[in-house]
Amino acid sequence: MVNNNTISKEKIWEILGTVTDPEVPVLTILDLGIVRDVVVTNETVEVVITPTYTGCPAMDMISMNIRIALAEHKINNVKITSVLSPAWTTDWMSEAGKQKLKTYGIAAPNKNFEIPEDGVECPLCNSINTRLISQFGSTACKALYQCNDCKEPFDYFKCH
Amino acid sequence: MTDYLLHLADTTLILSQRNSEWCGHGPILEQDIAITNISLDLLGQSRNFYQYAAELISQKNGNTVTEDSLAYLRDPSEFKNVLLAELPRGDWANTILRQYLFSEFQFILFEQLKNHSDTQIAAIAAKGIKETTYHIRWSKEWVIRLGDGTAESHDRIKAALSTLWAYTDELFIPAEYEVNLGIDFDIMKKIWLEKVIAVFEEATLSIPENIVMQTGGKNGLHTSELKLILTEMQQLQRTYPGAEW
Ligand SMILES: [Zn+2]
Repeated sequence: MVNNNTISKEKIWEILGTVTDPEVPVLTILDLGIVRDVVVTNETVEVVITPTYTGCPAMDMISMNIRIALAEHKINNVKITSVLSPAWTTDWMSEAGKQKLKTYGIAAPNKNFEIPEDGVECPLCNSINTRLISQFGSTACKALYQCNDCKEPFDYFKCH
Repeated sequence: MTDYLLHLADTTLILSQRNSEWCGHGPILEQDIAITNISLDLLGQSRNFYQYAAELISQKNGNTVTEDSLAYLRDPSEFKNVLLAELPRGDWANTILRQYLFSEFQFILFEQLKNHSDTQIAAIAAKGIKETTYHIRWSKEWVIRLGDGTAESHDRIKAALSTLWAYTDELFIPAEYEVNLGIDFDIMKKIWLEKVIAVFEEATLSIPENIVMQTGGKNGLHTSELKLILTEMQQLQRTYPGAEW
């Protein structure tokens, strides 16, 4: 077993920056802003995370992926703690993350509104001539829109 | 406190299970996805309450109770969910209206609980309230669309209302374990009624009269429906204890 004295907190954050969200694989868990703290002691590495949505089925998988990523660096004594408060908000998503979402074809959350009927910028052609199709998209955290100009349907990451 | 947590957990679990029956059967794909996503949110809330209850029970009794044993290994008479949650899903109007009545209630409840002195209950409520906001918006639009829609959609949601209304009082009648929690049920009922009546007006619906209110679920007295739900939901864990995948 590796003595954790030799592992820096920075290194842990660096490894966590390689763990991606299973549902939106272009985002790392750092882009999402769900890693709240990293505590390194002699015995364990504790990673404190917070769920995006209460019912997010990806959280168990994210925990497992954190363990796998750390294990690849021979860090095996890992404790993952989930805290609910303060509740995660889409404001914690990094600017880089929002840009990556757009490139991936998902409109990033805009904190000025919740689920507007129209006017969400199309991630494909940048038109704001768009309309809401359904408040619940392919996952609970997204709503479904369609662009009236390029006709493409697209997901919008809902504000939370 | 653990009884109250179990009540919150059971109600959200059973309602989640009921809504999930629509999976693959929704009227159109988008709405199928919407109701099952709501189901998933409720399940997530339920897990939070069960996990916290399991933690408290294990601390107290020194045994290993888990969220799974609480959900899968208790008998119907031990479940404390409100009766509203266990009623059959019925048609789309019935499912929508039940979700709407419950979500308006849950929002007001979580508004109170998010300031609770127990920080974990407060955290679960503060987290859940964001999802509940979306559930209200979605179900409210449907109640109005069906009520103020065609003759058939109006008749259907009116019929749903005459069935479901009898189960709404129970939301606001505190069980013994709810008495000293600092929750103001009278205020909650007042706010809830105001909101619901406003939406009913828009939906051209009115509160049915001469309804005999049904209660009991909070104290483990259930309709025969709950047994059927649990038989299906618990079958795997009862048949293969500890099964995982
Ligand atoms: Zn477009």
